[in-house]
Order: sequence, then C-alpha cells, then structure tokens
Amino acid sequence: MKNKWGKYGILLAVAFLLILTAGCSVPVLDPKGPVGESQKNLIVFSIIMMSLIVIVVMVALTYMLVKFRERPNRSDEDYDPEHEGNTKLEIIWTVIPLIIVTALSIPTVITIYQLEDPPQSSSDKEPLVVHATSADWKWFFSYPEQKIETVNYLHIPTDRAVEFKLSSADSMASLWIPALGGQKYNMAGMETTLYLQADEAGTYEGRNSNFTGTGFAEQTFDVHAEPAEEFQNWVEETKQSAPELTQDQYDELLAPGLLQEMEFSSTHLEYVDHGSMDGSDYLIQRHGTEAFEDIPALEGGEDVAND
Amino acid sequence: MSGHSELTTGPLEYRSHEDRMTVLGFWLFLGAEIALFATLFATYAVLFGRTADAPAPQELFEMPMALTMTFLLLTSSFTCGIAIHEMRRGSLKGLLTWLIITLALGLGFLGFEIYEFVHYAHEGATLQSSAYWSSFFVLTGTHGAHVTLGICWAVLLIIQLKKRGLNQMTARKTFVLGLYWHFLDVIWIFLFTSVYLIGMVV
Amino acid sequence: MDFLLNEFLVTGDPLIYGAMVSIVLVSIAIVFVLTYFRKWGYLWREWLTTVDHKKIGIMYIIAAIAMLFRGGVDAMLMRAQLTLPNTEFLNSQHYNEIFTTHGTIMIIFMAMPFLIGLMNFVVPLQIGARDVAFPFLNAVSFWSFAFGAMLFNLSFVIGGSPDAGWTNYAPLAGPNLNPGPNINYYLLGLQISGIGTLATGINFMVTILKMRAPGMKLMRMPIFTWSSLITSFIITFAFPILTVALALMTIDRIFGSQFFTLTGEGMPMMWANLFWLWGHPEVYIVILPAFGIFSEVISTFARKQLFGYKAMVWSMLIIAGLSFLVWVHHFFTMGAGAGVNSVFSVTTMLISVPTGVKIFNWLGTMYKGKIRFDTPMLWSIGFIPCFVLGGVTGVMLAMAAADYQYHNTYFLVAHFHNVLIAGTVFGCFAGLTFWYPKMFGHKMNEKLGKISFWFFVIGFNVCFLPMYFLGFMGMPRRTYSIEPEWMPLNVISTIGAVLMAVGFLVFVYNIYYSFRYSEREKTGDTWDGRALEWATTTPVPFYNFATVPEITGPEAFWKMKQEGGTTYDKENLEPIHMPSDSGVPFIMSAFMFVAGFGLVWEWMFMAIAGLIGILACMVVRSFDYDHGFHVSVEEIKETEEKAREGEK
Ligand code: HEM
Ligand SMILES: [Cu+2]
Repeated sequence: MKNKWGKYGILLAVAFLLILTAGCSVPVLDPKGPVGESQKNLIVFSIIMMSLIVIVVMVALTYMLVKFRERPNRSDEDYDPEHEGNTKLEIIWTVIPLIIVTALSIPTVITIYQLEDPPQSSSDKEPLVVHATSADWKWFFSYPEQKIETVNYLHIPTDRAVEFKLSSADSMASLWIPALGGQKYNMAGMETTLYLQADEAGTYEGRNSNFTGTGFAEQTFDVHAEPAEEFQNWVEETKQSAPELTQDQYDELLAPGLLQEMEFSSTHLEYVDHGSMDGSDYLIQRHGTEAFEDIPALEGGEDVAND
Repeated sequence: MSGHSELTTGPLEYRSHEDRMTVLGFWLFLGAEIALFATLFATYAVLFGRTADAPAPQELFEMPMALTMTFLLLTSSFTCGIAIHEMRRGSLKGLLTWLIITLALGLGFLGFEIYEFVHYAHEGATLQSSAYWSSFFVLTGTHGAHVTLGICWAVLLIIQLKKRGLNQMTARKTFVLGLYWHFLDVIWIFLFTSVYLIGMVV
Repeated sequence: MDFLLNEFLVTGDPLIYGAMVSIVLVSIAIVFVLTYFRKWGYLWREWLTTVDHKKIGIMYIIAAIAMLFRGGVDAMLMRAQLTLPNTEFLNSQHYNEIFTTHGTIMIIFMAMPFLIGLMNFVVPLQIGARDVAFPFLNAVSFWSFAFGAMLFNLSFVIGGSPDAGWTNYAPLAGPNLNPGPNINYYLLGLQISGIGTLATGINFMVTILKMRAPGMKLMRMPIFTWSSLITSFIITFAFPILTVALALMTIDRIFGSQFFTLTGEGMPMMWANLFWLWGHPEVYIVILPAFGIFSEVISTFARKQLFGYKAMVWSMLIIAGLSFLVWVHHFFTMGAGAGVNSVFSVTTMLISVPTGVKIFNWLGTMYKGKIRFDTPMLWSIGFIPCFVLGGVTGVMLAMAAADYQYHNTYFLVAHFHNVLIAGTVFGCFAGLTFWYPKMFGHKMNEKLGKISFWFFVIGFNVCFLPMYFLGFMGMPRRTYSIEPEWMPLNVISTIGAVLMAVGFLVFVYNIYYSFRYSEREKTGDTWDGRALEWATTTPVPFYNFATVPEITGPEAFWKMKQEGGTTYDKENLEPIHMPSDSGVPFIMSAFMFVAGFGLVWEWMFMAIAGLIGILACMVVRSFDYDHGFHVSVEEIKETEEKAREGEK
C-alpha cells in the first residue's frame, strides 16, 4: 500500500517536473554551438551511465528491504548472522565501477583536449578574437582587430569560432554563455582563453557565474549571434557612430558599480592589459580601496542595464 | 592508566604508558608541523620572483650571515643532543649546563635573524613590499617564532628541573623539547638550502 | 558614539535588530535561570571544567545542534528570498552575508563538531578506554571550537558578517576589495576553532593507536573507530594547510602583506589552491565518520556482522589517500590546461570506486539479515539512495569538460547537499538516535523520530532535486535574485525546505519529549549491540569500564554475549586512575576569543592582551604537576552494583 503510493508519487512528481520545465529554456541541454554540443553529449552519456548505477542500487536496496525485513512468521533459514562477506562479489563490484570510470574517462579526456582548440567545424576561418574583461560588476568586450569595444553586450558572427581572451580588473569572475558552452575564469593579472562558437543566429544570455560580491547577480550580458555580413555591418556602424574611449572615461567606468550597455570606437587595451601582471593593480591604483567601501546593495533583482 | 604496564627499566621518559602516548602525540604534532611548513615552502616557491619594485633576494642575501646562523643552530642541535645524553646518564647538572648552552646558541641565532630582518627593511624589503618578500618574511618568521617559543619553553623547563629535579615527568618534558628543537633544526636546513642558497644563485 | 552606531553595531535592518534583541534576551534568561536555581557552581564544576570525553562529546553535540538551527534559519531566509522573482526581502548584501555564514557554519561549526562530538562520546567506549589520550587537550579542543564559533556568530550583530562565501576566495575577500572587519571574523573564527580541530585529530590518533583494550588488534576495531582513526589522520595533515592559508590572508588584511592581493604582484589564485588542498580532505573529514556510523547502525539493525569488513577499512584508507589528490576539481575552469584537468578528472572519478564498494557492502550487510526499522536504521536506509545520487552527480562533475557547464550553478549546489545532507546530516541523526540511550539513559521516541525522518527525507528530496534542473537552466549559485523562468522549480524547492524545517523541529521537540516521557533504560544494551560501548552500564560511569575485558575477535561485545564475559569482573577490580578537571582550557580559549576579537577590529592592545593571556595559561599548565586521582575499589563496587540493579 505504502509502496504503491510511493511509486505513483514519484511518477507524478517526475511528470510534474517535465511539464513545468517543458515551457522553459534549458540552454545547457539545448546548445546552439559545437562546444556546448560536445559538452551536452558528454552530459547525456554520463546521465545514462549514472542512471544505470542508481537503478541497480535502488533495485538491490528494495530487494534487501523487502526480502530480509523482520516480519512475523519469517523462517530463519535465510538469516545468517555469521555471513561476513564474499570475495568474489566484492571483486565484481570493484571491477565494474572501474570499468565504468574508464568508460567515462575516455570521452572526458578527449573532450577536454578538444575544447582547448577552436572547434573543428570552422577550422577554415581564423577565430574572432575578443578580449572579455570583467570588472565589478560589468563586462568590457574589446575587439582588437576591429578596434571597437562594447560594455555588457557583444555581437559575434555565426559559424566562426570566437577566441575569448579572459581577464579581470578586480575580483575573479567567470564568463559563461550556457547556450554556447561552458565557462572559464576571468582573473586579474592573468589571461585565459575560451573558445566558443554559435551555429545558430539568435540572442543568448551570458553572465558572470562566479560570485563577485554585491552586484554579482546583475553582471550579465547579451550575446547577439548573427551571420557574418550582419556582424560586419554592426562593426562598421559602431566604428562610425560610437565615441572613442578615453582613458579617463575608462577609469571612471571601472569604478565598482553597474553600467548600461555602451559601445566605443576604440579599446581600453591601449591603456592597460589587465591580463598581464602589470595590469593587475591598475584598478586599485586608480580608485584605491575606498571605492569598495559602502557600496549600496541591490534590491529585488533591479537591473539598471535594461532600464 | 592501569592495565598498561609501567616499565622499571629503559629510558626514564618512556617508562609509563602516558609517557609513550605523549611522545607519540608529539611526533604526530611534528607531522602536522611538517604539513604546515610544507605549505609555507610551497607558497614561497610559488611566489618566488614576484618581487615587484622591491630589491631582488640575490641583492640582499649574504652568505656569511646565513652560514653563521646555520652554524649556530646546528651546533645548538648538537648541544641539545648532549643535554639529552646527560639526562639519560642521570646527571641533572650536565643536563642543565648543556640546555643553557643550547639556549644561548638559540638566542644568538635569533639575534642574527632580527638583525637580518631590520637590515632588509632598511634596504626596502619588508613584509609589505611584494608577494615574494611577504612569503620570505612569513616563512623565515614562522621558523623564528618557533625558535622563540622553544626558548621560552626551555626556560620554563629549566625552572621546573631546578625545582623538582630529574623525574619521569621532567624527563619526558625535556625529551619532548629535544625533539622539537631538532625538528626546528631540520626545518632550518631546508630553509637554508631552498631560501638562501637558491635565492643567492637564481 | 558615532563609531558605535555606524561601524561597530550593525544597524538599519529589522532582522538584525531582531537578532540583537533575541541575543540579549536569551543571555539575560540564561543568567537569570542559572542564578535563580543556583546552578553557576554546577555549570562550572560539571561542564565548563570537565575533561570527561562523554561530557565533552555531549557539549559538542548540543553546540552543533544550536549551529544547525542557526544555519537552518539562514537557509530558510535564503529560500524565502529565492522563491519568487523580484523579492525585496533580503538585499544583495544581506543575502551574501547569509549564504556565507550558512555554508561556513554548516561545515565548520555544525557538521564537524557534531561528528567530533559523536567520536568523543563513542570512540573511547568502543575501544574499552577510560578517556582519550589527552583529556586536558580535548577540553582545549572543545572550548576553542566553542569560542571560535561564538566569535564567528558575533559578526552578525557586531561589525557585519563575512560576505565572500564559505570558500572566501581572494581577491574578493582580500584587503583591496573588501575592507572592514567582516572577513576578519571568518579568518579568526575558523583559525581559533581550527586549532582545536587539529588537536582533536592528534588526540584521537593517539587514543586509538595506544589505548585499545588488550587483544583488540587494529583489524578487530569497530568500524566507527576505524573511520575516526582515518578521519583523525586526514585532520592532522589537512588542517595545517588551512591554518597557513587563514594566517596568510589575515596577515594580508591586517599587516599589509601581499600574498593574495592585486597589488605587489600577489597571487589571488594561490588562495583557491590552498583552500581546496584543505577543503577537499575536509569534505571527507565530514563524511568518513558518517560512513562509520552507518556501518555500525546497519549491521546492528540487520542483526548481522558487517559485510566485507576488510574491504570497508581499505576503501576508507584509499579514500583518505585520494582525498589529497583531487583538489583541482574545484576549479577546472581556471584554465590550468588539458593535461592537469585530465589527471584530476580521473583521480576524482577514482574516488567513487571505493565509495561504491562501501555502498554495495552495506547492501551486502542487509543480505540474509533480519532487518528492524528503528529510527537510526531509517536514517541509514534513507542515506543509501540519496547519497548514491550525490555520488553519481559527483562523478558527473568530475568530468571536467562537462563541469565547465555545471560549475558555479545550482547543479553543484544540489550535488554537495546530496552528499552532505544525505551523508553527513543523516549520519549525525542516525548516530545521535543510535547512541542517545547510552548518553542520556533513555531512547528518543520512535514515533516522533519516524515523523521527523519522513518530513526531513521527503523535504530534502523535494528541496534539492529540482536544483539539478535549475543548473541546466542556467541558474548560477550565490545569486540573490531569480529570473521568472526559474520560478516554478524554486517554489517547489522552498516547499521542500519548509518540510525539512518541520522535520528538524520535530527532531528537537523529540529531545524534549523523550526527556519527559521516555522509559528509562534498564540495561546497557539497548539495541542488542555488537561493540564494546554496549557492554558497560547505562548511564555510563565516569570511568567507563570497571574492568576491561580481553578482546579475542571482532565485534567484541557480540562475542562476550555468546561466550560470556563482563566489564565488571568483581575479582579483579583495581583502583582506576582518572585525570582531574581543569578550568584552564575554558579560560585559555576565552583569551583566544579576546585576541581574536582584537585582531578582527585591529585593536592591537586587545590582541596582545589576549595573546599574553593564552601564554599565561600555557605557563600555568606547564607548572601543573597534577597527576589526577584514583577511584577506589569500594567506590567502583558501589557504583556498579547500583547501575546493574536493573539487569537482574
Ligand atoms: C563520489 C565521490 C565524489 C565526487 C566524484 C565528487 C566530485 C565533486 C566535484 C568534481 C566537485 C566540484 C564541482 C565544481 O565546483 O564545479 C565537487 C564539489 C563539492 N563536493 Fe563533491 N564529490 C564527491 C563526494 C563528495 C562528498 C562525500 C562530499 C561531502 C560530504 C562532497 C562535498 C562537496 C562540496 C561541499 C562541494 C562544493 C564546494 C563548493 O564549491 O562550495 N562531495 N564534488
Ligand atoms: Cu572536492
């Protein structure tokens, strides 16, 4: 009786969850580029393997509990208090997990190495280089070849790898665009490289996923993926219409706080490279520690960037 | 504790069960200390070269001084060994004499270390100057602080030895202090090679 | 006055005023009750100065339950904020402080003390010892934990709580980006209690290695004692790393050094490395004793010997060794390169193999058993499926390339709650209900126990399963505000949290209820137990065993019950040597608190005063030649006769 209800309950709960999530976007499981795709494949493969283990354990546990529970008029034939182990069984359940671990390790290692290089599918084109610099609590995207810079949004061409050069002006952040693929850290005084690629045009959400303090939740940005010509048009337009980024203005933008979306027809890389050891104390030199005192907190998910 | 044998022979500091537990406990403590110093050494190695605007170590390190400090501490370890030997012979006087010599050598070492730190500070290398110098001062300073603590501990022990003479309890305490002192010596050997020798060469 | 209102006391928030008022009221109430019932002397003599491992264990557990309450309140506040989008209940700063204190308190001041409390109470009994190897040091351990926890908790009302997460990453937590006292509370609270933990590690290693009953070879030890030995080993070699890491950041913040700073070519990422070099072993410190508890409980209630004892021991040893070799899996996304990530992926996955062996051995223990479903067993059965889920998601996280997508999301949050709650918390509850009669002379009420179990387990799954999906939906951990599309699952999760809270409250009520109404134990062997702790009487005399039996095999007490044997061998009674109580540990730890508080506020005079106090206590201790006292044979006889009346 109880068990039956338990089963129905679980089924109901799963169905309920599926209905709930059906309408929502699940970017990690519905990726829009090759990087996210290979990660999704790995994830799905591991979920299948892991489900097997969970099912085996559940079945075995249920069997033990049902068969060997104390109940009136159970014969003592299958009760063996001296039963102390079974070497053969123990070897089996050591070896099988080892095999599973091997089965998981191989695709994992292959994928790890793959992700260190730009995706194969666009190897005919040079990756687009974008410096993504985080500062509390905004993103600067510098396009050194195009000589433009944007704040809190970026455009990328589809079907071409993007080579993100990641660094930070202050706390450690992590650039994450779930629909395109996994994240990597932005750290002051260091530069890390992350390759992503969009195969489908569209607007994707990106964010800093690594906790950086008061404004962390709003350190998000939009990624506009569009065909190459459109991207080129956007670059040209930005170059012509956007103002230049002076050092004074850049310094001002660096101060901790939230910013609106912006664009410039030059990059801050002329003044400082936060990804080098020399750049790591730039912000502290300009603003001192005082800038981090008494910062007003956010309330109720306010989002100035979209106001 | 009852149920565990009290020995009537063998080194005084090992006779009771409690003694043996204390010595084992102290060895484990030294194991933890090794983990602690290993972490500090690793930190030092990682931050090596990050001197920022401060002088580089090879500009400041001086061989004679480092060698003198090494000599003082190694000798003190030797005299400490003699002290324990005297204790085993049951000679309180010998024990006290050699302990005091050990202390004097330890104090000499500390004096040089303080002089060294002050000297570096004058040359512009302080705890605050850069990551490298922070790790240098904290690594050597932690060792120095251990030596200081060891000296204070030894003073307390000398008072107790004077008051109570040599018995199982004072013998154990002295033995444990000896372990500690040798341990600091071993750490210093690592310090000397990986900080001073390498710092002077690289 | 201005300083007092603006910087010292945290002002401007009803929650904090509420906390202040309740702290003041509770303190007054305690002082009043103690004075009114003339209990100050009792408190000082029986508890504050005790060196008895049983009392220390009980104090650890009480403190841990109080901390579980505090951490639980934090959790409920967070769930309230995260249920609906655009909630204005907590602003981002408050949210950050609360999730930081939640994580820190739960791991450092709840999980560890709870388990160490159980270890304290049980291990000496299981090995037939009269106390731990260094009872004085044991009291120092407890009091430094207690004062460390107090210092940490004080931050809520005085100066502001730490707000950089329990991982306290630099440079966010460093002097450049986070001026003020709050992070100092984290550093010093953990430092003070960490020293106590390190001492516990050494103490229990010596206790277990040197104080076993005659004939109890290592491979005859009860499995919980084994898990405690291995845990103590991990503590002894992992905690110094934390000590150093905390000290370096403290020096950074207070004395201006440049270890983890943005300036002076400091290296913030070194913090992450040092933290996890300790942090990963730490997660095994809080799971291995729980494994030990489950092993004891499952074998007792399946009424069978533990299946594959040797494999159980070896798997714990392997887990302990590997736990030092996997720390990089906490920052696969730092970009250390494919080689490094591959190696650490594989080592991490390897840990799951000995863990899996243990799971199957527990199932094997039930095989051919005769399973009873008392509350401790329920927690242990609930543990298996829930923990396996946490284990397999751990393996998923260990696959570095996939971890780039899970890292920093609610998927990770779900994983570690699945292992920490289903493993550690269920383990603590199982252990407490299992050994409760030994501690207090009466069982916890079964009916209430079952109610609280079902609320807690169902609530737990309802609360945390949706979080895996939220991770896939892109919800980052540590965000103070959710987006509308994440709402439905968050609502479910909050419902689960409420159910868990009910379960916890029933558990606590059960303590009160059982104290009032439970039948008192008549024998020392409540559950038909198997290890030595059940061989002595309930309540346990302060010297534990009148005589220590010779051990001839594993499961000492089980054997004694079959072959005869007693812990009260009237013919061979001898006077028992016991250590004397001492007020020094309490006073010394109070000085640590003073020094810590001084450092938090950078009031050097206070820090130095505290330091001098600590040193003075050490000097006092050094000159203390108190050898303890002997319990006479007559007194033992009298105590035992009285305690054993009920058995006849
Ligand atoms: C089967 C064995 C396990 C494996 C393979 C495993 C794997 C992992 C991995 C790879 C991470 C890092 C994920 C990330 O940050 O992206 C992680 C995080 C974590 N694990 Fe496990 N784990 C296992 C068991 C445990 C156990 C037994 C505990 C504790 C009782 C535990 C507690 C934690 C905690 C607290 C974190 C997150 C810490 C934080 O970032 O705040 N894990 N685990
Ligand atoms: Cu880990």
